[in-house]
Amino acid sequence: MISSNLPALQVVLPLLAAPLCIILHNRKLTWILTITTCITCFVISCSLLNRVLIENTITYSMGGWLAPWGIEYYIDKLTAYMLLIISAVATLVSIGAKESIENEIASDRIYLFYTTFLLNLTGLLGVIITGDAFNLFVFIEIASLSSYAIISLGKDKRSLYSAFKYLIFGTIGASFILISVGLLYAVTGTLNISDLSQQLAHTENSATITTAFVFFIIGIGIKAAIFPLHLWLPDAYTHSPSIVSTFLAGTTTKVFIYVLIRFIYSLYGYEYSFYLESFNYLLMIVACGAIVYGSILAIKQDSIKRLLAYSSISQIGYMILGLALITELGLAACLTNMFNHAFIKTGLFLAVAVIIYYYQSDSIKQLSGMAKTSPLIFILFLISGLSIIGVPLTSGFISKWYLIKASIDAGYWFFVLVIVFSSVLAIIYIGRIIESAYFKSEENRILIYDENRKTPYLLFFSLLIFTFINIYFGIETTLNVDIAMQISSDLINK
Amino acid sequence: MICSFLHPGLLLIFSGLLIPFFSGFRRTLFICIIPLISLFIVWNLSFGSSCTVSYLGYELILINFDSLSRLFATVFCITVLVAGFFCCKQAKSTELATAFVYAGAATSVILAGDLISLFLFWELMALASTLLIWSSQNNNSYQAGMRYISIHLLGGVILMCGIVGHAHETNSIAFTQMQLNSISTWLILFGFLLNAGAPPLSAWLADAYPETSFSGMVFLSAFTTKTAVYVLMRGFPGTDLLIYIGLFMIFYGIIYALLENDMRRILAYSIINQVGFMVCGIGIGTEMALNGTAAHAFTHIVYKALLLMSAGSVLYMTGKRKCSELGGLIQSMPITAVCGIIGALSISAFPLTSGFVSKSMISQASVDEHLLWVWLLLQAASAGVFLHAGIKFPWFVFFQKDSGLRPSDPPKNMQVSMIFFAMICILIGIFPNILYSMLPYPVFYQPFTSAHIISQLQLLLFSGLAFFVMLPLMKRTLTISLDFDWFYRCLIPKLSSIIFNYLSKVDIAIKEALRNKIVFIFYRIKINYHLSLSNSILIVMILFSVLLFYYFIN
Repeated sequence: MISSNLPALQVVLPLLAAPLCIILHNRKLTWILTITTCITCFVISCSLLNRVLIENTITYSMGGWLAPWGIEYYIDKLTAYMLLIISAVATLVSIGAKESIENEIASDRIYLFYTTFLLNLTGLLGVIITGDAFNLFVFIEIASLSSYAIISLGKDKRSLYSAFKYLIFGTIGASFILISVGLLYAVTGTLNISDLSQQLAHTENSATITTAFVFFIIGIGIKAAIFPLHLWLPDAYTHSPSIVSTFLAGTTTKVFIYVLIRFIYSLYGYEYSFYLESFNYLLMIVACGAIVYGSILAIKQDSIKRLLAYSSISQIGYMILGLALITELGLAACLTNMFNHAFIKTGLFLAVAVIIYYYQSDSIKQLSGMAKTSPLIFILFLISGLSIIGVPLTSGFISKWYLIKASIDAGYWFFVLVIVFSSVLAIIYIGRIIESAYFKSEENRILIYDENRKTPYLLFFSLLIFTFINIYFGIETTLNVDIAMQISSDLINK
Repeated sequence: MICSFLHPGLLLIFSGLLIPFFSGFRRTLFICIIPLISLFIVWNLSFGSSCTVSYLGYELILINFDSLSRLFATVFCITVLVAGFFCCKQAKSTELATAFVYAGAATSVILAGDLISLFLFWELMALASTLLIWSSQNNNSYQAGMRYISIHLLGGVILMCGIVGHAHETNSIAFTQMQLNSISTWLILFGFLLNAGAPPLSAWLADAYPETSFSGMVFLSAFTTKTAVYVLMRGFPGTDLLIYIGLFMIFYGIIYALLENDMRRILAYSIINQVGFMVCGIGIGTEMALNGTAAHAFTHIVYKALLLMSAGSVLYMTGKRKCSELGGLIQSMPITAVCGIIGALSISAFPLTSGFVSKSMISQASVDEHLLWVWLLLQAASAGVFLHAGIKFPWFVFFQKDSGLRPSDPPKNMQVSMIFFAMICILIGIFPNILYSMLPYPVFYQPFTSAHIISQLQLLLFSGLAFFVMLPLMKRTLTISLDFDWFYRCLIPKLSSIIFNYLSKVDIAIKEALRNKIVFIFYRIKINYHLSLSNSILIVMILFSVLLFYYFIN
C-alpha cells in the first residue's frame, strides 16, 4: 500500500507538514518535524531511484484519475536522480539550520521559516515529479512564492528589497511559462506531458508552437537564472539569511534546468527543439557568456555570499553548455555538473553560514586572519573551494573532466578554452578569500571573533558531511556519473 | 590496498602526513627511515606494470616500472633522505610534511603508467610545492606562491584538456611516446614544458623558488623540473622543437644568472639552464642523448641540491642572500665553502666531478648526429655555466672582499648532508660506471679520453680567466632584472584595472541613458520603484523582445 503510493507521498508529506509547523509554533518541535519530513522524503526518493533502476519508469495517477485526464506523476531515472539530489540537500541543510536560523531570524518568525522551507521543498519536489504541464506550473508557483517569503525573513532590511526584486522577476518568468502552457493546450487540447509530446509529433509545426517554445525558454531562463536573465540571483543569495541562500543555491536553479531538459527532451523532443536551427547555438553563446561573466564579476566582490552567487551563475553556464552540445556525453556532463554543484555550492554556503554565525559578517576584507582563529571552518571552506576550481580528487574535477571530454567529443575546442579561462578566474576568486583569511594578519580585522558562542555542532556536522560528499564523489563516481550516463542515453536514444 | 604500502610514492605521501605527529629524535629517525624504505621498495620492484585502480571509467596503472623510472625514483628517494636530514632539526613539521608529500607525488608521477594517474599526481605536486613555498610564511613568499600556483594550475588545466583530447582520439590513456600531430598532443607538450621552466613561462621558477625557507628550495630544485624532464623523455623523445627550446633555456638561464645579485636566484636561473641541456638532449633523441639526459638529470639533482644546501647554510647562518652583502665566508665556514665549491665544479663539468661524465654525453650525442651548431652552442654554454654558477656563486659568497661576517659552519646534520652529496659528486666523477650501469640504454661511452679532458679544461680555464678579467663588470648591485613575469605581474593587472574602470564607466553611462532617455520615452511615467529595479526589468523586456523577434524572423 505504502510502496505503491510513494510518488504521491514524496510531495504530500512536506505539503502536510508545512501547516503543521504553524500549528505547532514551537521552535524545537517545528525543527524536529522538518528534519523528520526531510529524512522521510530522502528515504522515499532513494527507494524510488532503486525501483526506477529496475523498472525504468513508474507512473502514478493522482486520485485514480487516469492520464491524460487526471494528473499523472511520471518517474523515470532522471526524475529519481533529481529527487535524490533535492531531498538529500534539503535533509542536510535542515539538520544544520537550527543554530544558524536562531542567529539570523527574529525568534518569533522561526516557525515561519520552517513552514516556508517545507513549502519550498514541496514545490521543488512537485516540479520534478509531476507529469502534467499545468500541474508543473502550479508547483513552480508554490516553490517560487515560498522562496520570496523565505528570502524576506532575514533581519537585514535589504532582504526585503531583494525578495521584492525576485518576486517581480519570478512572476514575469512564471507568466511566460503559463502562457506557454496555455498555447500548447490550445494547439493540442491536452496537458499531460507524454500525451503532449505524442500530439505534437502529429501536429504540423506552427507559429503557435514555436511561440510556446520561446515563451517557455524565456520563462525558464529567468527562473533558472540563465545569463543574461540572472539579474535577481546575486541579490537574492546575498541578503537572505545564510541557510536560505544555502538551500536556494543548491536546489532552485537546478530544478529549473531539469524542467528545461524535460521540456526539450520529453515534451518537444530534442529533434524539434534543436531543429529551430540556431537554438543550440544560442544556448552555447549564452552559456559561454554566463561562464565568463559570472567568473569575472565574482572576482570583484567583497561579500563572500555575493561572490559565490556569481560563481553559481558561471556554474549554471557549465550546465547549459553541456546541454547545448546535444550529445550523450554533453547531457551526461550537464547532469553530473548539476549533481556535484548542488553539493559543492551548498557546502560553500554552509561554510559561510558558520562564518556568519561566529563573525556576523561575510566581507572578505573584514575576515582577514580568520584562518588562525577558526582553522576548521577555513579548511572545510577550502576543500569545497578547491572543488570549484576543479582540483583532482574532488567532485568539481569530475564535472570539469566530463564537460571538457564532451566538448572535445563534439568538436568544440573553443569551449575548452572558455573552461580553461574560467578555471583561472576561479583560482583568482577563491585565492582572494584564502589570501585574506590565511595571509593577512588579524590586526586588520574590525570584527572580533566571538569565543563565547556555543559551538554549532549540528552546523559543523552537516558541513562535514558536505565536505565528505564532495571528496567521495570525486573518487567513487558510480552514483553521479554512471547514472547520468544511463539517463542521457535513455533520453537521447528514446 | 596492498599496493599502497608497496608503492614508494604513496608511502612517502602518507608518511609525510604523519610527520607532524612526531617530534625531536623520533622525527629525525622517521625522516631518515621512510626514504630508505622507499628506496628499498624501488630496488625490489619488478619491471612491468602493476597496481591498477579503476577511476573515471579507466583502468589506472599506478606503477609502470623500467630502468628509466628506477633511475629517477632512486635519485628522488636519495634526495628526500639527504634534504630531509639536512633540515631535520631546523625545519617546521609542516614544512617537512609538505616536502614529503611533494616528493611522494613526484615519485608517483615517475612511476605512473597512464596519463590520468600522471595528471593526478602532477596536480598534487603543484599543490604540495605551493604549500612548501608558503612555509617560509612571509608576505613575499605568499605573493610568489600565489603566482606560482596560478601558473601551475593553468598548466594543469591545459594538460588535462590535452589528456582528455588524447584519450578521446586514441581511445587509450596509456602513457607512451606521442607525435605532435593534433591539438591535444600540443597541449600535453605545453603542460609538460611549463613545469620544465620552458619559455615563455619560465619566470615562475626564479620568482618562486628563492622565496622559500633555506631548506625548502633544496626540495623544490629536485622534483618539479626533473619530473617534467622525465615525462618529456617518455612522451616526446626526438622532437626537433625541443632542441631549440632547450638551447633557448640554456642561454636564458646563463644571461639572467649573470645579471642576478641574489645567490639563490642565481642558482634558480642555473636550474633553468641545466634543464635546458636535458631538454636539448631529449630533442636530439638518440639512445646516447637520452642516456646523457637521464644521467645529467641524476647528477644535476645531486649537485644542485649540494649547491643549494651550501647556499641554504649561508642563508641560515647569516640571514643574508644578496651577493653584494656576502663575501669572505671561507674563513669561518670552511666546510660549507668546500662543499659549495665541489658543487660548483660539478655543475661546470670539471673533470673528475659528476657533471663531467654526464654533460659530455649530451654534447657527444650532438656530434654523433652531426648537429654542428648545436654542438658549438652547447660548448659555448658550458663556458657560460662555469661563469655564472661555477665561479660567480662561490667567488661572491665565499671569497671576494671580506664582508666582515664571521658565522660558524652550520649544525652537524647540515654538514653531514652536504659532505655526503659532495662525496657522491666526486664518486660518480671518478667511477662513472656506477651511474652508467643504471641508465636505460647500454652505454658505450668513455668520458676520460685525453682529448676530451684537455678541451674541457681549456674551455673552463679560459672562461675562468675571462671572469677575473671582467670582474668589475660582474660586480652586482641592487638591481632587478626584467623578465617575462613583468607581463603578468605588472602589465595584466594594470590593463585589467584600466578595462574594469572603463567597463564600469560604460555601465554607469548605460544606466544613466536608461534612466533619463529610454524610460522616459517609452513610458513617460515617473516610475516610483527603485530605479535599478526598473532598469533590470527593462533589460529583461528588451532582451525578450529581441529574442522573440529573432525567432519569428527564422
